[in-house]
Amino acid sequence: MQVIYLDNNATTRTDPDVLADMLPYMTDLYGNPSSMHTFGGQVHRKIEKAREQVAALINAEPSEIIFTSCGTESDNTAIMSAVEATPRKTHIITTRVEHPAVLNFCHHMGRKARRVTYLSVNNAGQLNIDELIRSLDDDTAVVSIMYANNETGVIFPVEEIAERLDDRGIMFHTDAVQAVGKVPVDVKRLKVTMLSLSGHKIHAPKGIGALYVRKGTRFSPYIIGGHQENSRRAGTENVASIIGLGKAAEIARKGLDEEIRHVSRLRDRLEQALLKTCPDARVNGDTANRLPNTANISFEYIEGEAILLRLNEFNICASSGSACTSGSLEPSHVLRAMGVPYTAVHGSIRFSLSRYTTDEEIDKVIHIMPVIVKELRQLSPFGREKLSCQR
Amino acid sequence: MWEYTDKVKEAFLKPKNVGEIPDADAVGEVGSIVCGDALKLYLKVDKDTGRIENATFQTFGCASAIASSSALTELVKGKTLDEALTITNHDIAEYLGGLPDQKMHCSVMGREALEAAIANYKGQPPPVREEGRIVCKCFDVSEDKIRKVAVENRLTTVDEITNFTKAGGGCGECKSDIEAILKDLWSVKIATERREQPKKLTNLQKIALIQEIIETEIRPGLQADNGDIELVDIDGNKVFVALRGMCSGCMMADVTVKGIQSKLQELVAPEITVEAR
Repeated sequence: MQVIYLDNNATTRTDPDVLADMLPYMTDLYGNPSSMHTFGGQVHRKIEKAREQVAALINAEPSEIIFTSCGTESDNTAIMSAVEATPRKTHIITTRVEHPAVLNFCHHMGRKARRVTYLSVNNAGQLNIDELIRSLDDDTAVVSIMYANNETGVIFPVEEIAERLDDRGIMFHTDAVQAVGKVPVDVKRLKVTMLSLSGHKIHAPKGIGALYVRKGTRFSPYIIGGHQENSRRAGTENVASIIGLGKAAEIARKGLDEEIRHVSRLRDRLEQALLKTCPDARVNGDTANRLPNTANISFEYIEGEAILLRLNEFNICASSGSACTSGSLEPSHVLRAMGVPYTAVHGSIRFSLSRYTTDEEIDKVIHIMPVIVKELRQLSPFGREKLSCQR
Repeated sequence: MWEYTDKVKEAFLKPKNVGEIPDADAVGEVGSIVCGDALKLYLKVDKDTGRIENATFQTFGCASAIASSSALTELVKGKTLDEALTITNHDIAEYLGGLPDQKMHCSVMGREALEAAIANYKGQPPPVREEGRIVCKCFDVSEDKIRKVAVENRLTTVDEITNFTKAGGGCGECKSDIEAILKDLWSVKIATERREQPKKLTNLQKIALIQEIIETEIRPGLQADNGDIELVDIDGNKVFVALRGMCSGCMMADVTVKGIQSKLQELVAPEITVEAR
């Protein structure tokens, strides 16, 4: 049975054209881009082409792109660099709904004598910009706020935040790992200081990311060693993956409008059908400002891992914010920060689509999901009579 | 993804004994929707024989919670209440061919539901009351429960306690508290187990026991202060030791020897005296 892959916020299928571009650099063209000889030099030129392709996707200059090993490295590097570049300032501002790559790094910085403010969100997962402005002080070194949330798809008003921060001399980093390649991202318009992106979320392979650093920004490298990446990120380049990321960026840029139309149509169809066929289901997050490919739906009275494993029986891949799937015993920090009731957090399922998702696949999920929900509810002690008091 | 056994998968995909018994003789309810899992166990008991004629469940939770519930109902059916009470969480896990470490709390929930149902049948209050001191505030786990589960499953580390009870799995603030409970529980336990040994030890047993206590309970403490101890001789109830390293010539040597003596008196025999050579 074919896999129905609706977990594209976790990772994506590598585009065959991306892989085709990469393969020669894993076989015959194995030269080191730092070498003096032509054999290595041709690899260097290909890396610079990839840098242009990635820059073009977010409307940056090629010199503003640093290749990293992943989104997490980009995030860690950005915050660390901002902190090191402003040694007299100790204050970091972020949000309670960030990806662990930012959130746990901020926890870590909090233990290193830094002051961290975690901004809250409302029931729809939206940020209160006034709270952000109130939190700023002369001691604030960096603000790190994600572009789009990986669990709910909710998009933050990064452009507006950048405008409000402008001329205060505060570095502004955005984790755009989930946004790049899914919605138009233009750093010239956004005016962010730094922006993280990741390859495997946009149909490049795992193990490659990039950090945009605006020209003229004081930068302090995180990985120290050789002079690669203009001495901003040491370590021999992951050549094939960099080339793959370049190609993936080019494909994403060219197909973006069409992809947005495609995935949002399928996502909306899936969401509306499930809300209709499954009683006591609700969408988590601001549906007006959301990634076009993401639907986060809570099915009350049942637990997410159980739903996922039933879906798994039909080769349908999704993910959940329930405690049992998180590797810890705590359910999704994002949904809890939004004040989603526990009953709904435990039964939350995230479907995330890609350009490869088809109408037939969505039809299958629309057909199977209500059956699974009904069966698991028959097992559950809850929801027999309306649990109005629980809300 | 969790590594579930085929038995867990089968019990999850095709659970047995699902639903409620409207005229149940006993109902046991544990967990809550907030904690992420909850189990309601229904029993039908034969009044004359005290045998469990039927058992069903309703469970909110993950695959292993549902599988554990199904296993529990299969295990108790046909047993008398007393026989049923001998079923441990370990039996439930074993019935399923084992559970991942982090999922053992699902089997513990099964055992608790069984205890609650039988107490309910007998008109008693539920056995694990969460009224005692709450240690883990995230998951509402009491000290009583931690101690009970630790003893039943011989758990000695905080991670194990988290796997079996969830305590410490949320904010993690109570981990040091759990550590203290375990330390207290097992040091008392080891001492009692020792004291329960036959009063009259043979000379050989006595020598072996004294050696063991010096090695495991006394030496590490002294070594931590850069000191050391050596057992020189045992003559009846007289124990001769030599203090080494920082201990030799230490002004506190007498106190140290007295401490060793009272420890040996407590754990081996009250007549023991200790002398330093």
